[in-house]
Amino acid sequence: MYRYDEFDRSFVNARVAQFSDQVERRLAGEITEDQFKPLRLMNGVYLQLHAYMLRIAVPYGTLNGRQMRKLAHVARTYDKGYGHFTTRQNIQFNWPALSDIPAILEELASVEMHAIQTSGNCIRNVTADHFAGAAADEVADPRPYAEILRQWSSVHPEFSYLPRKFKIAVTGAERDRAAIQVHDIGLHLKKDADGRLGFAVYVGGGQGRTPMIAKKIRDFLPEEDLLSYTTAIVRVYNLHGRRDNKFKARIKILVHETGTEELTKQIEAEFAALRDGELKLPDKDIRAIETYFAPPPLTPRPEGDDAVRQARLDSKDFADWLGQNVTTHKHADYAAVTISLKAIGEAPGDATDQQMEAVAALAEQYGFDEIRVSHEQNLVLPHVARADLKAVYDRLVETGLATANSNLISDIIACPGLDYCALANARSIPVAQEISRRFASLERQREIGELKLKISGCINACGHHHVGHIGILGVEKKGSELYQITLGGSGDETSSIGEIVGRGFAPDAITDAIETVVETYLGLRSDPSERFIDAYRRVGPAPFKEALYGREARAA
Amino acid sequence: MKILTANRLHDGEAVWFGTNGHWNEAIAGAAIAVDDEAVTALERIGVEAYENNQVVDVELIDVALADGEILPKRLRERIRAAGPTNRSDLGKQARPMISRAA
Ligand code: HEM
Ligand code: SF4
Repeated sequence: MYRYDEFDRSFVNARVAQFSDQVERRLAGEITEDQFKPLRLMNGVYLQLHAYMLRIAVPYGTLNGRQMRKLAHVARTYDKGYGHFTTRQNIQFNWPALSDIPAILEELASVEMHAIQTSGNCIRNVTADHFAGAAADEVADPRPYAEILRQWSSVHPEFSYLPRKFKIAVTGAERDRAAIQVHDIGLHLKKDADGRLGFAVYVGGGQGRTPMIAKKIRDFLPEEDLLSYTTAIVRVYNLHGRRDNKFKARIKILVHETGTEELTKQIEAEFAALRDGELKLPDKDIRAIETYFAPPPLTPRPEGDDAVRQARLDSKDFADWLGQNVTTHKHADYAAVTISLKAIGEAPGDATDQQMEAVAALAEQYGFDEIRVSHEQNLVLPHVARADLKAVYDRLVETGLATANSNLISDIIACPGLDYCALANARSIPVAQEISRRFASLERQREIGELKLKISGCINACGHHHVGHIGILGVEKKGSELYQITLGGSGDETSSIGEIVGRGFAPDAITDAIETVVETYLGLRSDPSERFIDAYRRVGPAPFKEALYGREARAA
Repeated sequence: MKILTANRLHDGEAVWFGTNGHWNEAIAGAAIAVDDEAVTALERIGVEAYENNQVVDVELIDVALADGEILPKRLRERIRAAGPTNRSDLGKQARPMISRAA
């Protein structure tokens, strides 16, 4: 794992001291809210409906046991005993007092964590594949590059006042688990014909009110050019991105209005001027950062096969969990474990302080002290010996973390929505809870197969509804909540934006409508291996429209 | 019918301006403005409290009376007054005492 060097440490400490002073002056009334707001936003502090909210960065979703324990401690001491893991691989606390935030940040700094650039119009926390360094299908670990980007972008003087927020995601596998095509920049780490590492570069993806799939503007960018090329992109955006209208300020709008070809030309021109300058990454620097992410000492544990075979026979629940939440590892004796934060009927992404402690303990005992936060709001133990899977499972059962629903319909992404969020139009969490309860039977869920259901409480789309196989968007209509359904979205290497299927549904009708969509799919799939998304792409929206609205449309 | 609400500066707690002249942690007892004049007066109190750095996010909200209790028109404000609907153990709803104290 990455360890802070002297520079990182003093940088983060200096920021804590600076922000503590700003908070103190704000509380003393020496600075106004107008002056303070941009400062607090640069430090991850929002104001929601009930209280302040603190968003803490989990760089590329990687943390260790000590850091997770610190989050548990913060939840217990300064908050209300839980935290919310988000689609941005961050964690949010919903109840901190402003006057406590300096103390929280100081505690976080002691375990090399911070809240810098988790909000504001700057380059945000860089996200990455949650199986990075473990996935069998990976070309190389994307996290060293995410770390390089983090160092480069932290308080970057040129890029601290961009037209709007800027999000970068990196994946190291063909199978995109980081949703790179819906980010401002998406980087796909790969090898060229000569075996050199580099990136396919995507620009201008995004969700929000104008969802767009990114355009690929480079098929192969050599790794040493990562910073010069990224600088070229952000510089062109910083110069030409719109500042007249907040809703048109993201780079996706610039790409759309300028045209991909013209914008690529501008970026390439900027890149040509930068490429052989000081931003060129020396090979030894990349390799040095890489050593921080070296795989742990995965000693052979061949007894795993027998152990798993036996345990599977002994327990059907374990077998189910194995089938759903355990992912193939590079090393045949190991596996990556997905810890579901989607227990049936619970708020997606929420974890109590005790659960955080339990996960930390498991990581320390069985997982080489590594934990990941996935953008699907789950936790991951990336390196667990297959021989230890049963022990890990048993402990997860004890803390309510063993739900075997990864990638199934109850593995729902949901934003905080109107239960917390000041921008919301409708609630998300209760909708997720009710759908999860309706489909509680894991047997039924497995029969349905992979199905990504994502819910946002307003068009900002923090809950990724645009890229849900089934998306739900909460809107406010005549003072009441109403839920629109979109179908056919996807956030992987075949990204697509879901299409609105028809008029919205009231809170007491949305779960039935989702069930209708699912039953329609089950009735028309060519065979059980045809996933929802594939079936939708084959047949289009018509059968779903018919099922949802047909009868009444004919009656009218 | 309008009342004045905000979040307290130092801890972010949702508060309402009460007939007792204080910013209370419960909506019960909020000062209700029924005519333009009273609305303007509340507005002025809000601006002042904001400038005094007591509160932030000051807002006048529409309410109705239901069985003598103040009921905000918008769900958003009802949730602010009670707490997250998925967690009855959190927010004002978990502290019935504060509504009485107000
Ligand atoms: C106080 C709470 C929050 C506020 C005020 C907020 C605000 C926003 C806004 C305004 C946008 C639209 C940006 C645009 O279209 O330019 C947005 C997008 C987004 N937010 Fe949030 N958000 C909040 C919580 C969250 C949470 C909890 C998550 C993760 C679960 C999240 C993740 C995202 C993502 C993934 C997007 C869409 C990607 C994109 O930027 O295009 N946000 N948010
Ligand atoms: S999608 Fe809307 S309601 Fe949900 S967290 Fe984002 S801003 Fe809030």
